Amino acid sequence: MAEPLSSRWRPYRAVVASRVRSQTSYRGGFALDLVSSLLVGVVQLAEVLVLFRSVDSLGGLDLAAVVLVFGIADLSFSLADLVVGHLDTLPVYLRSGTLDVFYLRPQPLLAQLVTSDVSLRRVTRIAVAAVALGVGVAVNDIAWTPLHVVFLAVVVLTSALTFAAVFVAAAGVQFFLVDAAEATAAAVYGGRYAATQPASVWAKPLVAVFGFAIPIAFTAYLPVVALLGLPGPGWLPGWAGWLAPLAAVWMWAVAALAWRTGVRHYQGGGG
Amino acid sequence: MTVRHDGQPAQAGPLSGAATWLRVHGRLVAAGWRRGSTYRAAALGGLVANVTFGFLKVSVLTAAVAAGGGELAGYDTRAVIAYAWLSQALLGSVNLFGRIDLAGRIKDGSVAVDLLRPIDLQTSTTAQEVGRALFSLLPRGVPIVVLAVLVGGMRLPTDPLVLGAGLLSALLAVVVSHLVVYLVAATGFWTVETRGLQVFYMVVAGFFAGLFVPVSIFPGWLFALAQATPFPSMLQIPVDLLSGRVAGGAAAGALLVQLAWLVVALVLGQLMTRAGRHRLEVQGG
Repeated sequence: MAEPLSSRWRPYRAVVASRVRSQTSYRGGFALDLVSSLLVGVVQLAEVLVLFRSVDSLGGLDLAAVVLVFGIADLSFSLADLVVGHLDTLPVYLRSGTLDVFYLRPQPLLAQLVTSDVSLRRVTRIAVAAVALGVGVAVNDIAWTPLHVVFLAVVVLTSALTFAAVFVAAAGVQFFLVDAAEATAAAVYGGRYAATQPASVWAKPLVAVFGFAIPIAFTAYLPVVALLGLPGPGWLPGWAGWLAPLAAVWMWAVAALAWRTGVRHYQGGGG
Repeated sequence: MTVRHDGQPAQAGPLSGAATWLRVHGRLVAAGWRRGSTYRAAALGGLVANVTFGFLKVSVLTAAVAAGGGELAGYDTRAVIAYAWLSQALLGSVNLFGRIDLAGRIKDGSVAVDLLRPIDLQTSTTAQEVGRALFSLLPRGVPIVVLAVLVGGMRLPTDPLVLGAGLLSALLAVVVSHLVVYLVAATGFWTVETRGLQVFYMVVAGFFAGLFVPVSIFPGWLFALAQATPFPSMLQIPVDLLSGRVAGGAAAGALLVQLAWLVVALVLGQLMTRAGRHRLEVQGG
């Protein structure tokens, strides 16, 4: 199989391009989609701002630090959502049996599913997150060194990878749950919500779940603690934030296991 | 009422007409309830998500109250705990997501069959959805309240008047939310695809209903904006009444606000359905 890489990717590119065209062809609907997606970002930021109107600091973070946490968390989540967010619809394929079609094609199942759609409407939400991140970088007093700059860029990418892995792991679990698919929303969307919070306020069960098992605290909160040189949340020292990119490695190991187990468990849609 | 809306002559006087209406809609509510009871796994999945969000919200809101010196815009620790858990307990029943089966039926044309039936589309759709939503209180609402009392330190209302007003308010919230979501779906008579509007509804409804942070801690202008929408009637009001934060005359006023939104949504829905059925075009046969 000495196919050049570009020709191996051609079918995926063709599908993604067709998805992009199909979404932009209904102009009115697409415009409303873009506005809704923008609003999702604005409302989520507003949640944080409204809460901070009444308090000066929460869990050791002031408003400036929380905006930076929000920016990193939401930018990396939105990037993951753009690329793999539609894995959420897997239970629909499972119930209707249309997943069997994907099994018949000589390409990896996950690669097919990921490239089967792309949600272009999410670009406006990415824009909101990017603005929040820009503001967060500007208003915080960070002793910038090249290391800090590289670290921030790496963290956005690896956190996006962590969230992508959460989507994949959730999809793997959906092979077993099917009808109870909403349970995985606890990990995916609960995780997104948790990522924007100062993890230092969490009770012990939350630390176990979102601090370590699904390492959400490592996506934005701990890196900001490291960047600002703040003390840690009590259950980890502040410098642990520098190790944040390793969370992506752990989460992808979990995701690979969940996905493989799920795919092997699948018995077909029948009919 | 001498002629039914499908043109058939009514068989009896107005009194038995009302009785028939109640009997038919009561059966539709019961049918919706039974339908809800068949999706047990889905209810369990929703419960897991609600509990997770409940823990996250309790953590951050109690920390905010502590940081605010024991009070956050009129909420003390017990009040925010009640707010966080009760809003999650009602979330499986009030429709803040904007999704309703009718949207799909308008899109694929099967609504034509619904319109052939000698029963009003808006009230029959809402009755079924409300029945289904009320069932959700058993697998999702009750366990969350029990959990909240066990681990969260939440107080339950002991005054029967407070409890009664709270439950009535929760029922009104369920009905109002489904009537407003019906309006979202009914725009499909004109646009066919309503997904964009549904997502828009989901974002705005959640925020203004007080799903993320209580509406009462909004800054003044945003609070006023929220009050001008039906969304606080879907979550904030029943949560405030159930937790006893709003009581007495204020509670009666809140119930009236909910009732007013119910009437507005009902009238708007009737007008939209009448105009929409003339617009509806269904292909094939």
